[in-house]
Amino acid sequence: MSSISNETVEKIARLSALAIAPEELSMYATQLSNILTLVEQMNTLDTTGIEPMAHPQATNQRLRNDCVTEPDERKELQSLSAFTEAGLYLVNQVIE
Amino acid sequence: MLHLKTLSEMADDLAEKRYSATELVTHFLNRIQNHDSELNAFITVTKEQALSTAKKADQDRMAGTAHKLAGIPIAQKDIFCTKGIKTTCGSFMLDNFIAPYDATLIERCNQAGLATLGKTNMDEFAMGSSNENSYYGPVRNPWDVTRVPGGSSGGSAAAVAARLAPIATGTDTGGSIRQPAALCNLTGLKPTYGRISRYGMIAYASSLDQGGLFGLSAEDLALVLQITAGFDEKDSTSVDHAVPDYSKTLHDSLQGVRIGIPKEYFTAGLNPQIAHCIHEAIKVYEKLGATIKDISLPHSDLSIPAYYVIAPAECSSNLSRYDGIRYGHRCENPVDLSDLYRRSRAEGFGSEVKRRIMIGTYALSAGYYDAYYLKAQQIRQLIRQDFVEAFKEVDFILGPTTPDTAFKLGEKTNDPISMYLSDIYTISVNLAGLPAISAPAGFSDNLPVGMQLIGSDFSEAKLLNIIHQFQQHTDWHKRMPEGV
Repeated sequence: MSSISNETVEKIARLSALAIAPEELSMYATQLSNILTLVEQMNTLDTTGIEPMAHPQATNQRLRNDCVTEPDERKELQSLSAFTEAGLYLVNQVIE
Repeated sequence: MLHLKTLSEMADDLAEKRYSATELVTHFLNRIQNHDSELNAFITVTKEQALSTAKKADQDRMAGTAHKLAGIPIAQKDIFCTKGIKTTCGSFMLDNFIAPYDATLIERCNQAGLATLGKTNMDEFAMGSSNENSYYGPVRNPWDVTRVPGGSSGGSAAAVAARLAPIATGTDTGGSIRQPAALCNLTGLKPTYGRISRYGMIAYASSLDQGGLFGLSAEDLALVLQITAGFDEKDSTSVDHAVPDYSKTLHDSLQGVRIGIPKEYFTAGLNPQIAHCIHEAIKVYEKLGATIKDISLPHSDLSIPAYYVIAPAECSSNLSRYDGIRYGHRCENPVDLSDLYRRSRAEGFGSEVKRRIMIGTYALSAGYYDAYYLKAQQIRQLIRQDFVEAFKEVDFILGPTTPDTAFKLGEKTNDPISMYLSDIYTISVNLAGLPAISAPAGFSDNLPVGMQLIGSDFSEAKLLNIIHQFQQHTDWHKRMPEGV
């Protein structure tokens, strides 16, 4: 039976880049613990030596030729953001 | 009563010019306008585009250059990017997102001249089994509007069940086509992983996600699978496998076909009335000449635990692209870059999406990878091996699609785990990458019951054949909700 603490939720939320309100921590702690308990039913089976699956048809990663296929759509793509200037995206200052 | 016709009938009627594509599309747009306020199946209705596609189909038909499906209406799940049309994935995060390109599936539908009626409601980022996780509100089941239509492709299922569209697309990561098809009395196909391109289909769990279709019969699905299946260079997991003529083999005899019944699919959690319907379906197949054999899929019980590691892990990675900067929701007045990321995502995503991102992040975090992700991928291998072994003895596997019929709105929203369990018979198929169809098999207390047939890799033509033969000898798939 796994149990995730509020502190662990805070840590996972930080790694997930999600702001979780303090009053929501215990709700998520309970729900995530319940999911982990479900997931840990996997431990009833010994899987030593089993090859993990990557693709159901066991095909290899296909590579394409390294050539340009898409036209320049910077303007169209940047129109999806309200915060652009001179072809760049605007964010808070990162370096002092 | 154009909405009562099958897709093949519509194609014939259009070819014979019994009515125009414009009349057909207008009829369905009117149905959406009159009936969707009750169901909430559509997030966006694309009236102008649909009518202009219909007009072009009519012109092409006059000129003799139209595809046979040109002008037939289709509803597209709002997970497929549609150029110039809002594509939300059921999320506030993408409420303002106008896709800059078409998904390959959309492009192929457009090339054939199918007229997109609109974009259908869905669980946010395809995470859910009831369509209650949509930012745009829940979808209601046309068979009983106090009940869920299933999910995540609930809008597409409700739209076809209420005859607001004759066919619709969906996606299936753990059952998101088959489960709503079962709950809404539809024929729903989840093709083999790699059969339909994932390009432009918003990613949830990339190794499991597969686009597919909802329709009223196997015959209708064959027509649209024909144009949507096939290799796509733009999807690195697309499989270059020949596309057969799916309509040609529909009439093949089932004499000697071997159908396996997995004992693990008939345990205590199954509604006895559903079990009864499946046993009746088995009798139909016996009459049609099939041989029935008991089989075992011993690792079935581990499919849900493995899925709830693999899918969240992949989702936590896939959804990291929503950073509040390039597209999607951006929070007001961020104090710094971290605040911009964290608040934009917290405001943009609903609680089920956050849960899955966090459980996936946890499973992939330092020190836990082997215990969770690697272990789950090993179990996935064993689950696929179960099927590989079974297919040495049988051609298809038959069982229920869901353990129960449509549940009440709100019944499972406070208990995520009980919601997860409604996909118990469908998830292992995604883990193994196999094709499967859910088709109508009867009713329990006036609610639809679905049966699931699972095939080996790329057996879509044979799957459609055995469902079509069943539908020639039963009429469950012709039953309609009251008022249609």
